[in-house]
Amino acid sequence: MLTRVILAALVAGLLAGAFATAAQSVRVIPLIHQAETYENAVPHADAGHSEDEQAWAPRDGWQRTFFTLLSNLVVGVAFSLILTAVILLLNQPMSLQHGLAWGAAGFAVFVLAPNFGLPPELPGMAAGDLVARQIWWVATVTLTAGGLLIFAFRRSIVWMLAGAALVIAPHVYGAPQPASHESPVPANLAAEFVIATVVTSALFWLVLGGLLGHFLSRAIREEEAAAQDG
Amino acid sequence: MLATQALSATLPVSASARLTTALFAGVFGVALLYFAAFAHSDALHNGTHDTRHAIVAPCH
Repeated sequence: MLTRVILAALVAGLLAGAFATAAQSVRVIPLIHQAETYENAVPHADAGHSEDEQAWAPRDGWQRTFFTLLSNLVVGVAFSLILTAVILLLNQPMSLQHGLAWGAAGFAVFVLAPNFGLPPELPGMAAGDLVARQIWWVATVTLTAGGLLIFAFRRSIVWMLAGAALVIAPHVYGAPQPASHESPVPANLAAEFVIATVVTSALFWLVLGGLLGHFLSRAIREEEAAAQDG
Repeated sequence: MLATQALSATLPVSASARLTTALFAGVFGVALLYFAAFAHSDALHNGTHDTRHAIVAPCH
């Protein structure tokens, strides 16, 4: 086990998660809270929502912000570890520049591809079955990642056609959609939310990629020095 | 060649150490993503609610 590599991924993920919390507080979080005022104004507008009386939920204010920070840190570390796993598996070189390229690829895989079928969703907006959407999301992310890796590492026309087929397949199949798009949330809020989440996610992925590139290349040099000593 | 080495680094260590670390990072990363963005537990959903919306994972 390469402990320095794992530590580098953890540090990059934690810093990127903290950055995401600051970036989201500009537009994304205020828009979520604004949408909730419309969601709560209409009783049972969101039947799939699981916030019943018994379930714990953070109180609005600092408690909710704290738990969002905590979840962002976990998500930052999760994405950082997943990128690190792929980089190690393919034995790829690492530097700040390489990290930024991996971050851009992460944005395409985890944000652009699933968003193409399932646009960013505000509380109260109509959406298809949750489990079906989660399955489609995971399938789309996996297929897009596979397709992009083929593009990056295989130059023959047959492989590239196969890569394109993987990227396109989930969109030909189609994402699960709600029976009706009727929603108490105004359309302009939804449009603002799309731009806000895409811009914020792009910044998050570039920051994560850059940090991961920086810390991983340092960790790799340290592992190299340790391997030569021992 | 020197310039490339200064800018980037690949792991000189054994393939088995590299692959073990990749497996650990992959499993740990996917597990964390599952709990933060996909688990159906009400408490987990409510605690991670705003993050799920922000990273555009399907939330509810």
